[in-house]
Amino acid sequence: MQERHQLGEEAITRELFRPLVSTPAMMWVGFIGLGAVLAIFVFAVSWMVYWGLGVTGLHRPNMWGFMIVNFVFWIGISHAGVMISAILRLTQAEWRRPVTRAAEVMTIFSLMTAMLHPVIHTGRPWRTLYWVFPYDFWRNIWPDIRGPLVWDPSAILTYLTGSTLFLYTTLIPDMALARDRTTGWRHVLYTILALGWRGNERQWKMQTIAGFLLSGLILPVFVSVHSIVSWDFAVSLVPTWHATVFAPYFVIGAIHSGVSAVVTLMALMRWLFRFENYIRLEHFDAIGRLLIAVGTGWLWFFLLDIFFAIYPQEARELEIMQFRLFDWPFNVMTALIFIFGYFIPVPIWVFQRFRRNVKIMFWTSIAVNVGMWAERYWLIKPGLMRKYEWTFDWAWYRPSIVEISIIMGSFALVGFLLLVFSKIFPPISVWEEKEGVHFAQQLQVGKRRVNAVIREF
Amino acid sequence: MAIREVLGIYKDLDSAVAAADALREAGFERAEFEVLSNAPYPEGTFGEESGIHRLFVFPLIGACCGFAAGLLITGGTQLANPLVTGGKPLLSIPPMIIIMYEGTMLGALIFTVLGVLFESRLPWIGKALYDTRITAGYIGILVRTAPERESLAISALRKANPEDVLTEGGSVGGTAPAAQ
Repeated sequence: MQERHQLGEEAITRELFRPLVSTPAMMWVGFIGLGAVLAIFVFAVSWMVYWGLGVTGLHRPNMWGFMIVNFVFWIGISHAGVMISAILRLTQAEWRRPVTRAAEVMTIFSLMTAMLHPVIHTGRPWRTLYWVFPYDFWRNIWPDIRGPLVWDPSAILTYLTGSTLFLYTTLIPDMALARDRTTGWRHVLYTILALGWRGNERQWKMQTIAGFLLSGLILPVFVSVHSIVSWDFAVSLVPTWHATVFAPYFVIGAIHSGVSAVVTLMALMRWLFRFENYIRLEHFDAIGRLLIAVGTGWLWFFLLDIFFAIYPQEARELEIMQFRLFDWPFNVMTALIFIFGYFIPVPIWVFQRFRRNVKIMFWTSIAVNVGMWAERYWLIKPGLMRKYEWTFDWAWYRPSIVEISIIMGSFALVGFLLLVFSKIFPPISVWEEKEGVHFAQQLQVGKRRVNAVIREF
Repeated sequence: MAIREVLGIYKDLDSAVAAADALREAGFERAEFEVLSNAPYPEGTFGEESGIHRLFVFPLIGACCGFAAGLLITGGTQLANPLVTGGKPLLSIPPMIIIMYEGTMLGALIFTVLGVLFESRLPWIGKALYDTRITAGYIGILVRTAPERESLAISALRKANPEDVLTEGGSVGGTAPAAQ
């Protein structure tokens, strides 16, 4: 890359290990602020489990509300992390190095948070064990594999296990580095996690091949997870849910919101940990260009979904679509989705000087996720809020304070876990940064020496 | 046969490459020494790395195991509780495919990581010469040889200006002691 700074190995280690050894004031603010919201979240969940789902705004026929919307949202956020990491590794993109670790970690914490929602949404979380896992041989109780309730956990657990293994495999060399530089409990922890890593040629070769192999394996899983989540809706008979386009539509939506979340995370890391030498403007530039394509792809599927609902001229589909597009509050939400999800960010990203402006990238990425959260609500709720034949009870859905607390708490949970992670593990892969230095070449062009494209495996 | 270890520590890449060349000139096979570093270098930097691996077999075995587990869970649970719904066949193929697919991928992922650990010889709990300076950016050349060739290895390693040379008995210094 052309903007690489010439940093020594010691400087790289010192700077990337900084969050582990020092805690900036804003990090304490983050811990305390997020911790407080998290406490409210724990209280809200406990309250709901104790008193039952009656404390939420859920009722017939609105049996899915904020928690399921938030579940879909966090599944979407989780998608881009490993996708970015895997695609950039497979294509040997040099700019992956400062991005992959944080993106993978975000995937794991988002997935864990996402998984929490359907579990607590059952009202009796302990019962989900025998709804999902075929373990009760004694009573001959088996899960019904024909229902999406079983498909979801199988896909999400596969993705979570794969992502965690992916992250851990690439973390081993950095654990060895931390092992050799620490004392006390940290030394014990890193010694265990490093597994006796010594850094010989064979281990590095395996590390490189593992990057390719795991990337190749995780990508089909990534596509399957959000497809399967979309089938939670698509296999039902609810109008506007029962659409064949849902799987690719959900996947592209997940990529749009997830890649934007990676941009948010990059900007926050650059600001909080002073990683200007690693998360550089060229990285925002590259990811901004990627987002133009992804955002436009998402818009295409968004319009396609509307078209598919209108084209068959089915009365129920038309009724819900009219409700979505023209009736309060979904008409405002439609505008929000268009404006925040596409028409503000994407035209901005077209210009390089905006793509290379961290503040603009940060706020546009936030805008995308505001739009995408609204999009999930817009997709899920209208179909349930209508009266159909044989529907005897119906009413508006109004989320209760318990559900609002859970939504806020889910954001705090992911943020808090990310902060804790960066206090224990380096948030940027140290060995991959050093590998970049080893593979860097300089060319003499006339009288000037310039950084050249890096030769990789 | 007893094997002795000698570890040369080098401050820069050029010295480490020179040490690898000196060892080969002294008659050491490439399989007798390994290079320890804190990040990978391009293949061939220190001569060809010896040894084959079977990493690609692991995901295949894992995928087969995962597929079999998926088939067992989906087919088994439906047959264990044979509930006919709407006159449809007992075994419902589309949901079976979903879970079998996830099982296959999960097996492949887990076995790939197991393969990486196995082929990397991790977790390593044996004793081997090591120095924490390696993760700080120094390059280590670790020679494993017969006891009678230990001094030959030390002298070959010293030819390339090492920062230090370690044996199982401790440091013997980067340079040969001056003749009395």
